[in-house]
Amino acid sequence: MHPLARMILHRLALGLLTLFVISLVIFMAIELLPGDLAEEVLGQSATPETVAAFRRELGLDLPAWQRYLSWLGGMVQGDFGMSLANNRPIVDLLASRLGNTLFLAAYAAVISVPLALCLGLLAALYRGSWFDRLVNVVTLTSISFPEYFVAYILLLFLSVRTGIFPSIADFGNDAGFGTMIYRTFLPAITLVLVVTAHMMRMTRAAIINLLAQPYIEMARLKGASPARVILRHALPNALAPIINVVALNLAYLITGVVIVEVVFVYPGLGQLMVDSVAKRDIPLVQACCLIFAAIYILLNLSADVFAIATNPRLMHRK
Amino acid sequence: MKLRDLKSAPPTAWFGIVVIFAYAVVAIFAGQLAPFSQTTIVGMEFEPRSAEYLLGTDNLGRDLLSRMIWGARNSVGIALATTAIAFSLGAGLGLLAAVLGGWADQLLSRLIDMLIAIPSLLFALLLLSIFGTGITILIIVIAVLEMTRVFRLARAVAMDVVVMDFVEAARLRGEGLVWVIRREILPNIMAPLVAEFGLRFCFVFLAVSALSFLGLGIQPPTADWGSMVRDNAALITFGDITPLLPAAAIALLTVAINFVVDWMLHRTSGLRD
Repeated sequence: MHPLARMILHRLALGLLTLFVISLVIFMAIELLPGDLAEEVLGQSATPETVAAFRRELGLDLPAWQRYLSWLGGMVQGDFGMSLANNRPIVDLLASRLGNTLFLAAYAAVISVPLALCLGLLAALYRGSWFDRLVNVVTLTSISFPEYFVAYILLLFLSVRTGIFPSIADFGNDAGFGTMIYRTFLPAITLVLVVTAHMMRMTRAAIINLLAQPYIEMARLKGASPARVILRHALPNALAPIINVVALNLAYLITGVVIVEVVFVYPGLGQLMVDSVAKRDIPLVQACCLIFAAIYILLNLSADVFAIATNPRLMHRK
Repeated sequence: MKLRDLKSAPPTAWFGIVVIFAYAVVAIFAGQLAPFSQTTIVGMEFEPRSAEYLLGTDNLGRDLLSRMIWGARNSVGIALATTAIAFSLGAGLGLLAAVLGGWADQLLSRLIDMLIAIPSLLFALLLLSIFGTGITILIIVIAVLEMTRVFRLARAVAMDVVVMDFVEAARLRGEGLVWVIRREILPNIMAPLVAEFGLRFCFVFLAVSALSFLGLGIQPPTADWGSMVRDNAALITFGDITPLLPAAAIALLTVAINFVVDWMLHRTSGLRD
Protein backbone atom coordinates (compact mmCIF):
# COMPACT_ATOMS: atom_id res chain seq x y z
CA MET A 1 0.00 0.00 0.00
CA HIS A 2 1.13 3.53 -0.65
CA PRO A 3 2.64 4.94 2.57
CA LEU A 4 0.46 8.06 2.36
CA ALA A 5 -2.72 5.97 2.09
CA ARG A 6 -1.62 3.85 5.02
CA MET A 7 -0.95 6.99 7.02
CA ILE A 8 -4.40 8.39 6.21
CA LEU A 9 -6.05 5.13 7.26
CA HIS A 10 -4.03 5.14 10.46
CA ARG A 11 -5.10 8.70 11.30
CA LEU A 12 -8.69 7.92 10.44
CA ALA A 13 -8.70 4.98 12.84
CA LEU A 14 -7.17 7.19 15.53
CA GLY A 15 -9.80 9.87 14.91
CA LEU A 16 -12.61 7.31 15.18
CA LEU A 17 -11.15 6.05 18.44
CA THR A 18 -11.02 9.61 19.83
CA LEU A 19 -14.60 10.19 18.74
CA PHE A 20 -15.63 6.97 20.46
CA VAL A 21 -13.95 8.06 23.70
CA ILE A 22 -15.60 11.48 23.47
CA SER A 23 -19.01 9.90 22.93
CA LEU A 24 -18.36 7.85 26.04
CA VAL A 25 -17.46 10.99 28.01
CA ILE A 26 -20.53 12.85 26.72
CA PHE A 27 -22.75 9.94 27.64
CA MET A 28 -21.15 9.29 31.03
CA ALA A 29 -21.51 12.95 32.04
CA ILE A 30 -25.18 12.29 32.74
CA GLU A 31 -24.33 9.43 35.05
CA LEU A 32 -22.64 12.02 37.29
CA LEU A 33 -26.07 13.33 38.28
CA PRO A 34 -26.92 12.54 41.90
CA GLY A 35 -30.39 11.23 40.97
CA ASP A 36 -31.21 10.57 37.34
CA LEU A 37 -32.49 12.51 34.36
CA ALA A 38 -36.16 11.80 35.13
CA GLU A 39 -36.08 13.26 38.67
CA GLU A 40 -34.00 16.17 37.46
CA VAL A 41 -36.27 17.11 34.56
CA LEU A 42 -39.63 16.53 36.21
CA GLY A 43 -38.68 18.31 39.44
CA GLN A 44 -39.57 17.50 43.02
CA SER A 45 -43.32 17.81 42.65
CA ALA A 46 -43.60 14.83 40.27
CA THR A 47 -45.37 11.75 41.54
CA PRO A 48 -43.46 8.45 41.59
CA GLU A 49 -45.76 7.16 38.81
CA THR A 50 -44.87 9.98 36.38
CA VAL A 51 -41.20 9.53 37.16
CA ALA A 52 -41.48 5.80 36.49
CA ALA A 53 -43.38 6.39 33.24
CA PHE A 54 -40.83 8.97 32.10
CA ARG A 55 -38.00 6.56 32.92
CA ARG A 56 -39.60 3.83 30.85
CA GLU A 57 -40.17 6.21 27.96
CA LEU A 58 -36.51 7.28 27.90
CA GLY A 59 -35.29 3.77 28.66
CA LEU A 60 -33.69 4.92 31.90
CA ASP A 61 -34.69 1.66 33.60
CA LEU A 62 -32.13 -0.21 31.49
CA PRO A 63 -28.51 -0.61 32.64
CA ALA A 64 -26.09 2.14 31.54
CA TRP A 65 -24.12 0.09 29.01
CA GLN A 66 -27.30 -0.99 27.20
CA ARG A 67 -28.48 2.61 27.00
CA TYR A 68 -25.08 3.72 25.72
CA LEU A 69 -25.06 1.10 22.97
CA SER A 70 -28.55 1.97 21.76
CA TRP A 71 -27.76 5.71 21.95
CA LEU A 72 -24.55 5.26 19.97
CA GLY A 73 -26.26 2.90 17.52
CA GLY A 74 -28.98 5.48 16.93
CA MET A 75 -26.43 8.26 16.40
CA VAL A 76 -24.55 6.25 13.80
CA GLN A 77 -27.78 5.64 11.88
CA GLY A 78 -28.77 9.31 12.08
CA ASP A 79 -31.39 8.79 14.78
CA PHE A 80 -30.57 11.28 17.52
CA GLY A 81 -33.60 10.61 19.68
CA MET A 82 -36.29 13.04 20.79
CA SER A 83 -35.87 16.51 22.20
CA LEU A 84 -37.13 16.76 25.79
CA ALA A 85 -38.24 20.38 25.43
CA ASN A 86 -40.67 20.07 22.52
CA ASN A 87 -40.85 16.35 21.77
CA ARG A 88 -39.67 16.64 18.20
CA PRO A 89 -37.02 14.41 16.64
CA ILE A 90 -33.61 16.02 17.21
CA VAL A 91 -32.60 15.31 13.61
CA ASP A 92 -35.26 17.73 12.29
CA LEU A 93 -34.06 20.47 14.63
CA LEU A 94 -30.41 19.95 13.72
CA ALA A 95 -30.55 19.55 9.95
CA SER A 96 -31.10 23.13 8.76
CA ARG A 97 -29.17 24.69 11.62
CA LEU A 98 -26.01 22.70 11.03
CA GLY A 99 -25.98 23.95 7.43
CA ASN A 100 -26.37 27.56 8.60
CA THR A 101 -23.52 27.27 11.09
CA LEU A 102 -21.21 25.66 8.54
CA PHE A 103 -22.11 28.41 6.05
CA LEU A 104 -21.18 31.13 8.53
CA ALA A 105 -17.92 29.41 9.53
CA ALA A 106 -16.97 28.86 5.87
CA TYR A 107 -17.79 32.48 5.04
CA ALA A 108 -15.49 33.69 7.83
CA ALA A 109 -12.76 31.21 6.86
CA VAL A 110 -12.71 32.24 3.20
CA ILE A 111 -11.93 35.83 4.22
CA SER A 112 -9.74 35.29 7.25
CA VAL A 113 -7.34 32.55 6.07
CA PRO A 114 -5.76 34.43 3.12
CA LEU A 115 -5.82 37.71 5.07
CA ALA A 116 -4.07 36.22 8.10
CA LEU A 117 -1.44 34.42 6.02
CA CYS A 118 -0.57 37.61 4.09
CA LEU A 119 -0.37 39.72 7.25
CA GLY A 120 1.69 37.07 9.03
CA LEU A 121 4.12 36.79 6.13
CA LEU A 122 4.51 40.59 5.90
CA ALA A 123 5.04 40.92 9.65
CA ALA A 124 7.72 38.21 9.55
CA LEU A 125 9.34 39.82 6.50
CA TYR A 126 9.49 43.29 8.06
CA ARG A 127 10.20 42.06 11.56
CA GLY A 128 10.91 44.85 14.05
CA SER A 129 9.56 47.59 11.78
CA TRP A 130 6.71 49.91 12.75
CA PHE A 131 4.35 47.74 10.67
CA ASP A 132 5.28 44.65 12.69
CA ARG A 133 4.84 46.49 15.99
CA LEU A 134 1.52 47.98 14.96
CA VAL A 135 0.20 44.59 13.85
CA ASN A 136 1.48 43.04 17.10
CA VAL A 137 -0.36 45.56 19.30
CA VAL A 138 -3.55 45.44 17.22
CA THR A 139 -3.73 41.63 17.15
CA LEU A 140 -2.86 41.29 20.84
CA THR A 141 -5.68 43.72 21.59
CA SER A 142 -8.25 41.96 19.44
CA ILE A 143 -7.33 38.55 20.91
CA SER A 144 -8.08 39.95 24.35
CA PHE A 145 -11.51 41.28 23.42
CA PRO A 146 -14.56 39.17 24.27
CA GLU A 147 -16.29 38.16 21.00
CA TYR A 148 -19.51 39.92 21.93
CA PHE A 149 -17.62 43.19 22.48
CA VAL A 150 -16.36 43.13 18.89
CA ALA A 151 -19.81 42.06 17.71
CA TYR A 152 -21.64 44.89 19.47
CA ILE A 153 -19.15 47.53 18.32
CA LEU A 154 -19.69 46.44 14.71
CA LEU A 155 -23.42 46.28 15.28
CA LEU A 156 -23.46 49.82 16.70
CA PHE A 157 -21.41 51.48 13.98
CA LEU A 158 -22.24 49.50 10.85
CA SER A 159 -25.88 48.74 11.55
CA VAL A 160 -27.58 51.00 14.09
CA ARG A 161 -25.81 54.32 13.45
CA THR A 162 -25.31 54.05 9.70
CA GLY A 163 -27.78 51.39 8.66
CA ILE A 164 -25.47 49.78 6.09
CA PHE A 165 -26.04 46.21 7.27
CA PRO A 166 -29.02 44.54 8.99
CA SER A 167 -28.62 43.94 12.73
CA ILE A 168 -30.37 40.57 12.72
CA ALA A 169 -28.72 37.95 10.56
CA ASP A 170 -31.81 35.90 9.89
CA PHE A 171 -32.75 35.02 6.34
CA GLY A 172 -35.72 33.09 5.02
CA ASN A 173 -35.49 29.61 3.58
CA ASP A 174 -35.46 30.70 -0.05
CA ALA A 175 -32.98 33.59 0.14
CA GLY A 176 -30.52 33.87 -2.76
CA PHE A 177 -26.77 33.54 -2.27
CA GLY A 178 -26.23 37.31 -2.52
CA THR A 179 -28.82 38.07 0.16
CA MET A 180 -27.30 35.43 2.44
CA ILE A 181 -23.83 36.96 2.03
CA TYR A 182 -25.20 40.44 2.70
CA ARG A 183 -27.34 39.54 5.70
CA THR A 184 -24.64 37.52 7.43
CA PHE A 185 -21.88 40.03 6.76
CA LEU A 186 -21.67 41.37 10.33
CA PRO A 187 -21.41 37.99 12.13
CA ALA A 188 -18.90 36.79 9.55
CA ILE A 189 -16.72 39.90 9.94
CA THR A 190 -16.83 39.53 13.75
CA LEU A 191 -15.50 36.00 13.43
CA VAL A 192 -12.90 37.15 10.88
CA LEU A 193 -11.57 39.80 13.26
CA VAL A 194 -11.27 37.38 16.17
CA VAL A 195 -9.73 34.50 14.22
CA THR A 196 -7.39 36.49 11.96
CA ALA A 197 -5.49 37.85 14.96
CA HIS A 198 -4.77 34.34 16.31
CA MET A 199 -3.87 32.94 12.93
CA MET A 200 -1.65 35.84 11.95
CA ARG A 201 0.37 35.70 15.18
CA MET A 202 0.92 31.96 14.82
CA THR A 203 1.92 32.28 11.16
CA ARG A 204 4.42 34.99 12.03
CA ALA A 205 5.85 32.86 14.85
CA ALA A 206 6.13 29.78 12.59
CA ILE A 207 8.00 31.71 9.90
CA ILE A 208 10.30 33.51 12.32
CA ASN A 209 11.11 30.15 13.86
CA LEU A 210 12.20 28.91 10.43
CA LEU A 211 14.22 32.02 9.70
CA ALA A 212 16.65 31.01 12.45
CA GLN A 213 17.60 27.84 10.47
CA PRO A 214 21.08 27.58 8.91
CA TYR A 215 19.82 27.07 5.33
CA ILE A 216 18.02 30.41 5.50
CA GLU A 217 21.23 32.09 6.57
CA MET A 218 22.96 30.35 3.66
CA ALA A 219 20.36 31.76 1.26
CA ARG A 220 20.87 35.22 2.70
CA LEU A 221 24.66 34.97 2.51
CA LYS A 222 24.58 34.01 -1.13
CA GLY A 223 22.66 37.23 -1.77
CA ALA A 224 19.04 36.20 -2.28
CA SER A 225 16.55 39.03 -1.81
CA PRO A 226 14.44 39.01 1.41
CA ALA A 227 11.26 38.26 -0.56
CA ARG A 228 12.93 35.31 -2.28
CA VAL A 229 14.27 34.00 1.02
CA ILE A 230 10.77 34.02 2.50
CA LEU A 231 8.75 32.81 -0.50
CA ARG A 232 11.17 30.30 -2.00
CA HIS A 233 13.15 29.02 0.98
CA ALA A 234 11.07 29.53 4.12
CA LEU A 235 7.47 29.16 2.92
CA PRO A 236 7.57 25.59 1.56
CA ASN A 237 8.92 24.37 4.90
CA ALA A 238 6.51 26.56 6.85
CA LEU A 239 3.49 25.00 5.12
CA ALA A 240 3.11 22.18 7.64
CA PRO A 241 2.98 24.43 10.72
CA ILE A 242 0.78 26.93 8.86
CA ILE A 243 -1.73 24.22 7.93
CA ASN A 244 -1.88 23.25 11.59
CA VAL A 245 -2.46 26.86 12.54
CA VAL A 246 -5.30 27.17 10.05
CA ALA A 247 -6.97 23.97 11.26
CA LEU A 248 -6.64 24.98 14.89
CA ASN A 249 -8.33 28.27 14.16
CA LEU A 250 -11.09 26.75 12.06
CA ALA A 251 -11.78 24.52 15.04
CA TYR A 252 -11.81 27.66 17.16
CA LEU A 253 -14.35 29.16 14.74
CA ILE A 254 -16.70 26.30 15.55
CA THR A 255 -16.87 27.29 19.21
CA GLY A 256 -16.56 31.04 18.64
CA VAL A 257 -19.63 30.79 16.48
CA VAL A 258 -21.83 30.09 19.53
CA ILE A 259 -21.56 33.62 20.93
CA VAL A 260 -21.74 35.40 17.59
CA GLU A 261 -24.89 33.46 16.71
CA VAL A 262 -26.53 34.60 19.94
CA VAL A 263 -25.62 38.27 19.40
CA PHE A 264 -26.93 38.37 15.84
CA VAL A 265 -29.87 36.01 16.45
CA TYR A 266 -28.53 33.73 13.71
CA PRO A 267 -30.45 30.44 13.39
CA GLY A 268 -27.44 28.17 13.83
CA LEU A 269 -26.40 25.16 15.86
CA GLY A 270 -24.71 27.27 18.55
CA GLN A 271 -27.86 29.17 19.41
CA LEU A 272 -29.85 25.96 19.51
CA MET A 273 -27.31 24.52 21.91
CA VAL A 274 -27.39 27.54 24.25
CA ASP A 275 -31.19 27.48 24.28
CA SER A 276 -31.24 23.79 25.11
CA VAL A 277 -28.69 24.23 27.90
CA ALA A 278 -30.98 26.87 29.43
CA LYS A 279 -33.95 24.48 29.07
CA ARG A 280 -31.80 21.56 30.25
CA ASP A 281 -32.76 19.58 27.17
CA ILE A 282 -29.91 17.14 27.74
CA PRO A 283 -30.34 14.76 24.74
CA LEU A 284 -30.22 17.75 22.39
CA VAL A 285 -27.12 19.18 24.09
CA GLN A 286 -25.44 15.77 23.83
CA ALA A 287 -26.23 15.56 20.13
CA CYS A 288 -24.87 19.08 19.49
CA CYS A 289 -21.74 18.28 21.49
CA LEU A 290 -21.11 15.12 19.52
CA ILE A 291 -21.56 16.90 16.17
CA PHE A 292 -19.25 19.76 17.16
CA ALA A 293 -16.68 17.27 18.47
CA ALA A 294 -16.85 15.24 15.24
CA ILE A 295 -16.23 18.37 13.13
CA TYR A 296 -13.40 19.36 15.45
CA ILE A 297 -11.72 15.97 15.12
CA LEU A 298 -12.24 15.90 11.34
CA LEU A 299 -10.52 19.29 11.02
CA ASN A 300 -7.53 18.20 13.09
CA LEU A 301 -7.35 14.97 11.13
CA SER A 302 -7.30 16.68 7.75
CA ALA A 303 -4.71 19.14 9.05
CA ASP A 304 -2.47 16.22 9.99
CA VAL A 305 -2.91 14.59 6.61
CA PHE A 306 -2.27 17.80 4.63
CA ALA A 307 0.74 18.70 6.77
CA ILE A 308 2.31 15.32 6.14
CA ALA A 309 1.44 15.42 2.44
CA THR A 310 3.32 18.72 2.04
CA ASN A 311 6.26 17.56 4.13
CA PRO A 312 6.91 13.81 3.77
CA ARG A 313 9.69 14.00 6.34
CA LEU A 314 7.03 14.13 9.05
CA MET A 315 6.00 10.59 8.13
CA HIS A 316 9.26 9.14 9.36
CA ARG A 317 9.42 11.16 12.55
CA LYS A 318 10.15 9.06 15.56
CA MET B 1 10.69 40.32 39.07
CA LYS B 2 12.99 43.05 40.20
CA LEU B 3 12.37 46.77 40.37
CA ARG B 4 15.11 47.70 37.95
CA ASP B 5 13.48 45.49 35.30
CA LEU B 6 10.40 47.67 35.58
CA LYS B 7 12.38 50.69 34.47
CA SER B 8 13.26 49.09 31.17
CA ALA B 9 9.67 47.92 30.57
CA PRO B 10 8.10 49.10 27.31
CA PRO B 11 5.16 51.56 27.47
CA THR B 12 2.64 48.79 26.71
CA ALA B 13 3.76 46.84 29.79
CA TRP B 14 3.59 50.00 31.92
CA PHE B 15 0.09 50.64 30.68
CA GLY B 16 -0.82 47.08 31.63
CA ILE B 17 0.60 47.34 35.14
CA VAL B 18 -1.21 50.62 35.85
CA VAL B 19 -4.53 49.24 34.59
CA ILE B 20 -4.25 46.01 36.62
CA PHE B 21 -3.45 48.06 39.73
CA ALA B 22 -6.45 50.32 39.16
CA TYR B 23 -8.77 47.31 38.78
CA ALA B 24 -7.43 45.80 41.99
CA VAL B 25 -8.11 49.03 43.90
CA VAL B 26 -11.67 49.27 42.55
CA ALA B 27 -12.37 45.60 43.33
CA ILE B 28 -11.04 45.83 46.90
CA PHE B 29 -12.77 49.11 47.78
CA ALA B 30 -15.99 48.42 45.84
CA GLY B 31 -18.11 48.93 48.98
CA GLN B 32 -16.62 52.39 49.61
CA LEU B 33 -16.51 53.55 45.99
CA ALA B 34 -19.96 52.57 44.77
CA PRO B 35 -22.65 55.21 45.38
CA PHE B 36 -25.43 52.59 45.64
CA SER B 37 -25.66 48.88 46.43
CA GLN B 38 -25.53 46.44 43.51
CA THR B 39 -29.10 45.20 43.92
CA THR B 40 -31.16 48.26 45.02
CA ILE B 41 -33.56 49.64 42.47
CA VAL B 42 -33.00 53.41 42.61
CA GLY B 43 -34.92 54.82 39.66
CA MET B 44 -36.83 54.12 36.49
CA GLU B 45 -35.67 51.57 33.92
CA PHE B 46 -33.03 52.73 31.43
CA GLU B 47 -32.71 56.29 32.79
CA PRO B 48 -30.19 58.36 30.78
CA ARG B 49 -26.90 59.55 32.23
CA SER B 50 -27.39 62.34 34.79
CA ALA B 51 -25.56 63.97 37.70
CA GLU B 52 -27.20 61.51 40.09
CA TYR B 53 -26.69 58.36 38.00
CA LEU B 54 -23.42 59.01 36.20
CA LEU B 55 -23.89 56.10 33.77
CA GLY B 56 -27.68 55.99 33.90
CA THR B 57 -29.71 53.03 35.19
CA ASP B 58 -30.05 49.49 33.85
CA ASN B 59 -32.97 47.38 32.67
CA LEU B 60 -34.43 47.12 36.20
CA GLY B 61 -33.60 50.66 37.33
CA ARG B 62 -30.41 49.88 39.23
CA ASP B 63 -27.51 52.36 39.15
CA LEU B 64 -25.18 51.21 36.38
CA LEU B 65 -22.03 52.82 37.78
CA SER B 66 -22.47 51.03 41.10
CA ARG B 67 -23.02 47.75 39.30
CA MET B 68 -19.90 48.33 37.20
CA ILE B 69 -17.89 48.88 40.40
CA TRP B 70 -19.33 45.83 42.16
CA GLY B 71 -18.82 43.88 38.96
CA ALA B 72 -15.09 44.48 39.31
CA ARG B 73 -15.18 42.56 42.58
CA ASN B 74 -17.59 39.80 41.45
CA SER B 75 -16.39 39.09 37.92
CA VAL B 76 -12.68 39.43 38.61
CA GLY B 77 -12.98 37.70 41.97
CA ILE B 78 -14.73 34.65 40.55
CA ALA B 79 -12.30 34.43 37.65
CA LEU B 80 -9.36 34.74 40.06
CA ALA B 81 -10.71 32.00 42.33
CA THR B 82 -11.31 29.73 39.33
CA THR B 83 -7.82 30.34 37.97
CA ALA B 84 -6.30 29.67 41.39
CA ILE B 85 -8.09 26.31 41.64
CA ALA B 86 -7.25 25.38 38.05
CA PHE B 87 -3.66 26.34 38.62
CA SER B 88 -3.06 24.49 41.87
CA LEU B 89 -4.75 21.38 40.44
CA GLY B 90 -3.02 21.50 37.07
CA ALA B 91 0.44 22.50 38.28
CA GLY B 92 0.26 20.05 41.19
CA LEU B 93 -0.72 17.08 39.03
CA GLY B 94 1.67 18.13 36.26
CA LEU B 95 4.63 18.29 38.63
CA LEU B 96 3.61 14.99 40.20
CA ALA B 97 3.43 13.34 36.78
CA ALA B 98 6.85 14.72 35.83
CA VAL B 99 8.55 13.67 39.08
CA LEU B 100 6.93 10.26 39.50
CA GLY B 101 7.10 9.28 35.82
CA GLY B 102 6.16 5.72 34.83
CA TRP B 103 2.57 4.56 35.06
CA ALA B 104 1.41 7.54 37.16
CA ASP B 105 2.57 9.86 34.39
CA GLN B 106 0.94 7.68 31.71
CA LEU B 107 -2.37 7.51 33.57
CA LEU B 108 -2.58 11.26 34.24
CA SER B 109 -1.45 12.24 30.76
CA ARG B 110 -3.94 9.98 28.96
CA LEU B 111 -6.74 11.25 31.20
CA ILE B 112 -5.85 14.84 30.38
CA ASP B 113 -5.54 14.02 26.65
CA MET B 114 -9.10 12.77 26.76
CA LEU B 115 -10.42 15.91 28.43
CA ILE B 116 -8.49 18.23 26.14
CA ALA B 117 -9.87 16.60 22.96
CA ILE B 118 -13.28 18.19 23.59
CA PRO B 119 -13.58 21.93 22.84
CA SER B 120 -13.83 23.49 26.28
CA LEU B 121 -16.77 25.84 25.70
CA LEU B 122 -18.84 22.88 24.47
CA PHE B 123 -17.85 20.69 27.38
CA ALA B 124 -18.71 23.52 29.77
CA LEU B 125 -22.14 23.85 28.13
CA LEU B 126 -22.73 20.10 28.43
CA LEU B 127 -21.79 20.03 32.11
CA LEU B 128 -23.85 23.14 32.89
CA SER B 129 -26.90 21.60 31.21
CA ILE B 130 -26.52 18.53 33.40
CA PHE B 131 -25.74 20.16 36.74
CA GLY B 132 -27.74 23.36 36.24
CA THR B 133 -26.31 26.84 36.64
CA GLY B 134 -24.77 28.19 39.81
CA ILE B 135 -21.57 29.91 40.86
CA THR B 136 -20.00 26.90 42.60
CA ILE B 137 -20.69 24.59 39.67
CA LEU B 138 -19.45 27.22 37.23
CA ILE B 139 -16.17 27.61 39.13
CA ILE B 140 -15.59 23.86 39.35
CA VAL B 141 -16.45 23.17 35.69
CA ILE B 142 -14.22 25.94 34.29
CA ALA B 143 -11.42 25.12 36.73
CA VAL B 144 -11.37 21.45 35.71
CA LEU B 145 -11.40 22.33 32.00
CA GLU B 146 -8.61 24.92 32.25
CA MET B 147 -6.62 22.67 34.56
CA THR B 148 -5.81 20.45 31.59
CA ARG B 149 -3.84 23.21 29.85
CA VAL B 150 -1.90 24.07 33.00
CA PHE B 151 -1.12 20.39 33.51
CA ARG B 152 0.44 20.10 30.05
CA LEU B 153 2.62 23.17 30.48
CA ALA B 154 3.70 22.34 34.05
CA ARG B 155 4.55 18.77 33.07
CA ALA B 156 6.48 19.86 29.98
CA VAL B 157 8.65 22.44 31.75
CA ALA B 158 9.16 20.23 34.80
CA MET B 159 10.31 17.35 32.56
CA ASP B 160 13.29 19.44 31.48
CA VAL B 161 14.30 20.08 35.08
CA VAL B 162 13.68 16.59 36.46
CA VAL B 163 16.55 15.11 34.44
CA MET B 164 19.06 17.65 35.80
CA ASP B 165 21.87 16.50 38.06
CA PHE B 166 20.86 18.57 41.07
CA VAL B 167 17.46 16.86 41.20
CA GLU B 168 19.18 13.48 41.03
CA ALA B 169 21.52 14.62 43.83
CA ALA B 170 18.58 15.70 46.01
CA ARG B 171 16.91 12.33 45.45
CA LEU B 172 20.08 10.41 46.25
CA ARG B 173 20.56 12.23 49.52
CA GLY B 174 17.08 11.04 50.44
CA GLU B 175 14.90 14.12 50.15
CA GLY B 176 11.16 13.48 50.02
CA LEU B 177 8.82 14.09 47.08
CA VAL B 178 7.48 17.39 48.43
CA TRP B 179 10.99 18.76 49.05
CA VAL B 180 12.13 17.86 45.56
CA ILE B 181 9.12 19.58 44.01
CA ARG B 182 9.18 22.67 46.23
CA ARG B 183 12.88 23.36 46.60
CA GLU B 184 14.47 21.89 43.50
CA ILE B 185 11.94 22.08 40.67
CA LEU B 186 9.51 24.92 41.42
CA PRO B 187 12.12 27.72 41.65
CA ASN B 188 13.41 26.73 38.22
CA ILE B 189 10.06 26.80 36.45
CA MET B 190 8.53 29.81 38.19
CA ALA B 191 8.89 32.23 35.24
CA PRO B 192 6.86 30.25 32.67
CA LEU B 193 4.32 29.32 35.35
CA VAL B 194 3.71 32.96 36.32
CA ALA B 195 3.26 33.96 32.68
CA GLU B 196 0.92 31.00 32.24
CA PHE B 197 -1.08 32.16 35.27
CA GLY B 198 -1.69 35.50 33.56
CA LEU B 199 -2.74 33.86 30.28
CA ARG B 200 -4.96 31.30 32.03
CA PHE B 201 -6.62 34.10 33.99
CA CYS B 202 -7.50 35.82 30.71
CA PHE B 203 -8.98 32.63 29.28
CA VAL B 204 -10.95 31.90 32.45
CA PHE B 205 -12.14 35.49 32.69
CA LEU B 206 -13.31 35.46 29.07
CA ALA B 207 -14.93 32.03 29.45
CA VAL B 208 -16.84 32.98 32.61
CA SER B 209 -18.02 36.25 31.11
CA ALA B 210 -18.99 34.50 27.86
CA LEU B 211 -21.11 32.00 29.79
CA SER B 212 -22.61 34.82 31.87
CA PHE B 213 -23.35 36.68 28.65
CA LEU B 214 -25.19 33.58 27.40
CA GLY B 215 -27.17 33.63 30.65
CA LEU B 216 -25.57 30.39 31.88
CA GLY B 217 -22.87 31.76 34.16
CA ILE B 218 -23.11 34.10 37.12
CA GLN B 219 -26.81 34.50 37.93
CA PRO B 220 -28.74 37.68 38.80
CA PRO B 221 -28.96 39.75 40.90
CA THR B 222 -25.16 39.52 41.36
CA ALA B 223 -23.57 42.35 39.37
CA ASP B 224 -21.31 40.85 36.73
CA TRP B 225 -19.98 42.38 33.56
CA GLY B 226 -20.88 39.53 31.21
CA SER B 227 -24.54 39.38 32.27
CA MET B 228 -24.73 43.20 32.35
CA VAL B 229 -23.98 43.23 28.63
CA ARG B 230 -26.80 40.78 28.09
CA ASP B 231 -29.26 42.66 30.32
CA ASN B 232 -28.72 45.99 28.58
CA ALA B 233 -28.21 44.66 25.05
CA ALA B 234 -31.57 46.07 23.94
CA LEU B 235 -30.18 49.60 24.25
CA ILE B 236 -27.74 49.05 21.41
CA THR B 237 -30.57 49.11 18.87
CA PHE B 238 -31.21 52.73 19.93
CA GLY B 239 -27.61 53.64 19.21
CA ASP B 240 -26.65 53.85 22.88
CA ILE B 241 -23.21 52.67 24.02
CA THR B 242 -24.24 51.55 27.53
CA PRO B 243 -24.02 47.77 26.87
CA LEU B 244 -20.52 48.29 25.54
CA LEU B 245 -19.24 49.65 28.86
CA PRO B 246 -19.09 46.38 30.84
CA ALA B 247 -17.71 44.62 27.75
CA ALA B 248 -15.06 47.32 27.48
CA ALA B 249 -14.20 46.83 31.16
CA ILE B 250 -13.54 43.14 30.43
CA ALA B 251 -11.57 43.92 27.29
CA LEU B 252 -9.39 46.53 28.99
CA LEU B 253 -8.34 44.16 31.76
CA THR B 254 -7.53 41.26 29.42
CA VAL B 255 -5.57 43.60 27.13
CA ALA B 256 -3.61 44.92 30.10
CA ILE B 257 -2.77 41.41 31.34
CA ASN B 258 -1.78 40.27 27.86
CA PHE B 259 0.58 43.23 27.48
CA VAL B 260 2.28 42.43 30.79
CA VAL B 261 2.51 38.70 30.02
CA ASP B 262 3.86 39.43 26.54
CA TRP B 263 6.62 41.55 28.05
CA MET B 264 7.44 38.93 30.73
CA LEU B 265 7.63 36.11 28.18
CA HIS B 266 9.79 38.27 25.98
CA ARG B 267 12.16 39.02 28.84
CA THR B 268 12.46 35.52 30.28
CA SER B 269 12.86 33.79 26.95
CA GLY B 270 15.58 36.27 26.00
CA LEU B 271 13.98 36.81 22.60
CA ARG B 272 14.87 40.14 21.13
CA ASP B 273 13.03 40.15 17.85
